[in-house]
Amino acid sequence: MFPEAAGWAIFLVPVLSFAIISLITRPFFNSRPRISAYITIASISSSLILSLWALVSVIQAPGHAILLEPHDWVTIGSTTIQVGIAIDSLTAVMLIVITVVSLMVQIYSQGYMHGDGGYHRYFAFMSLFTGSMLGLVLASNLVMLYVFWELVGLCSYLLIGFWFHRPEAARAAVKAFLVTRIGDFGFLAAIIFLYAKTGTFDIAELYVVAPALLSATALTWAAIGIFSGAVGKSAQFPLHTWLPDAMEGPTPVSALIHAATMVAAGVYLVARTFPLFAQSPQAMTTVAIIGGFTAIFAASMGLVMTDIKRVLAYSTISQLGYMMLGLGAGSVAFAIFHLANHAFFKSLLFLGAGSVNHATGTFDMREMGGLKKYMPWTYAAFLIASLSIAGIWPLAGFWSKDGILLHAWGSTPVLFYLAMITVFMTAFYMFRVVFLTFGGSYRGGSEARSAHALHESPKVMLIPMVILAILSITSGWLPISGFLGGESMGFFEVLSHPMPWVSLILAGLGILLAYAMYSAKWLSPEAVGRRFQALYRVLWNKYWFDELYERVFIFSVLVDGLFLVLQWFDTYIVDGLVNGVAGATIAAGGILRRLQTGQLQVYGLAIFIGVLAIAACLFIFAP
Amino acid sequence: MIGLEHFLILSAILFSIGIYGVLVKRNAIAILMSIEIMLNAVNIAMVAFSRYLALLTGQVFAIFIITVAAAEAAVGLAIVVAIYRSRRTVDVGEVDLMKW
Repeated sequence: MFPEAAGWAIFLVPVLSFAIISLITRPFFNSRPRISAYITIASISSSLILSLWALVSVIQAPGHAILLEPHDWVTIGSTTIQVGIAIDSLTAVMLIVITVVSLMVQIYSQGYMHGDGGYHRYFAFMSLFTGSMLGLVLASNLVMLYVFWELVGLCSYLLIGFWFHRPEAARAAVKAFLVTRIGDFGFLAAIIFLYAKTGTFDIAELYVVAPALLSATALTWAAIGIFSGAVGKSAQFPLHTWLPDAMEGPTPVSALIHAATMVAAGVYLVARTFPLFAQSPQAMTTVAIIGGFTAIFAASMGLVMTDIKRVLAYSTISQLGYMMLGLGAGSVAFAIFHLANHAFFKSLLFLGAGSVNHATGTFDMREMGGLKKYMPWTYAAFLIASLSIAGIWPLAGFWSKDGILLHAWGSTPVLFYLAMITVFMTAFYMFRVVFLTFGGSYRGGSEARSAHALHESPKVMLIPMVILAILSITSGWLPISGFLGGESMGFFEVLSHPMPWVSLILAGLGILLAYAMYSAKWLSPEAVGRRFQALYRVLWNKYWFDELYERVFIFSVLVDGLFLVLQWFDTYIVDGLVNGVAGATIAAGGILRRLQTGQLQVYGLAIFIGVLAIAACLFIFAP
Repeated sequence: MIGLEHFLILSAILFSIGIYGVLVKRNAIAILMSIEIMLNAVNIAMVAFSRYLALLTGQVFAIFIITVAAAEAAVGLAIVVAIYRSRRTVDVGEVDLMKW
């Protein structure tokens, strides 16, 4: 039996850790930053233990769900907003993924953030983020979910802008916040719409009442509204532009928030409200198309980036696209399975990139190379994660990616072909990173570091990476998809089907091409770039989406168009109204002040006339 | 036969002359004199009613008014003298320190 208090404690303990760090350790123990890290790690460890307990309870519970009564939170008139938690198989898997990745990232951060001036602040935000993310997956109604949805967005903003003295970081933080808000607007509208139509925020209740009370069109629009929130959070096309810029934050932040958990919240949201989507074929198709298109679109930009973190960022967008494709194809189980596997191997890739940065002081792959010799552990971990994301049997990525491909084939073959091309591209860009970073010979790093200064990262950073590497291999073997209600494939049985071989061959070709271009130098990357110069420029400039949004939407449409109209309205209508009232008052005063002559005799005359008037009235009206 | 009406009409005429003087004259002395005329107009009305109603109250009031008028004239003239000493004028139009 799983007590409700334990469920609340899962996310409240990290929030408590945030409060302790910001109210006690930062003000009073500022000179001992390690305390904050220990508090964070302890709180997340306890969340992990409670989450494991929740998982075991869910496995044993009938119907794989622990039902808990919601509590009244606010009552306004006849409307009562409730808060409550619900734990089912989906939540249990998310809880484990979040706590495990968060714990590994916190341990790693002790090394990575060592000596940083904002050490306390960093761990305070990380605690708050973890607590909010756990609250998001535990919430049983949409209002509570939305609160945590915005809280993780806030933490993302705070942590992208962690080094706020750098203008790029501050800009990126604002950009991330604003772009995701566009999507959140749709989500909020959908929540209000659903409440107006059904009178409930409770998600489990909505599953039942929404299809009964809403027309098919209304349900489609509600689902699209929810999905727009997911598009913003999960950086899907066309709101993908914030995620690559979000790499300005510290690398462990990128690993936790912008690879493993927060960006996956969009996928989780769609999975959580999936019964609503399932009622609307149009909504499902939209999800599948956006997901499938984003997968290949982001992967294509990942092919040419030279900043290791940006490659990983595009890769994240692409993999999230896969998950959306899986959802759109109707398989929640494989989408979440991929979410879990992706969380492990992608956070590992980011931690690896952080480890490389720790040694070389740069994220630019053109200045790296040959690190295999100096950083064998990092190399091994990074290689495992790369093989896993490329979908090589029997690593974790293979199992979930093939499940998604299988379902895509079953629903929309066009998207299946796009996804297959993406498999090839994924393998290529990941191994391009591997060969550029770890292969060949060292190319200088940032100017201050020579080759003999290169060193493997400290154990506190390596141990989390090793654990995540083990998970990147093995998490695919766990029966997660079966637990979530999907089918699961046998370990060797899967190889008797033709489809996995196709994807394996494509991935192998991708790796081979990367080897040919960046390791064996059979093909010169420069020559290839010149050959496809137009394409290269398009990709290098990210299809000019940033320019499109900034110059066209923001500057032309908003600043030069809408804002001018608004400014005119403000100057002449709003200000005019205010100034007009003041002007009228002054003018009226100018007339009325003539009455106040200051001559006593005029006042006397007025009094006399007044008395006469009163007397006259007395005679006329009161005989 | 001279009746109540004649006294009241005389009183009203005197009162109006007094009001006119107060409102129109610039000379402070003339204003004070006009006030005296108004007070005496009231006195005539008081005494006339006292006589008409055969009540002494009106006459008592008249004596009070004469007393107050004497005091008022004394204070008023003193102020006018003080103003004249400081400003060399008794024109009320010139005494405008309180005016904005």
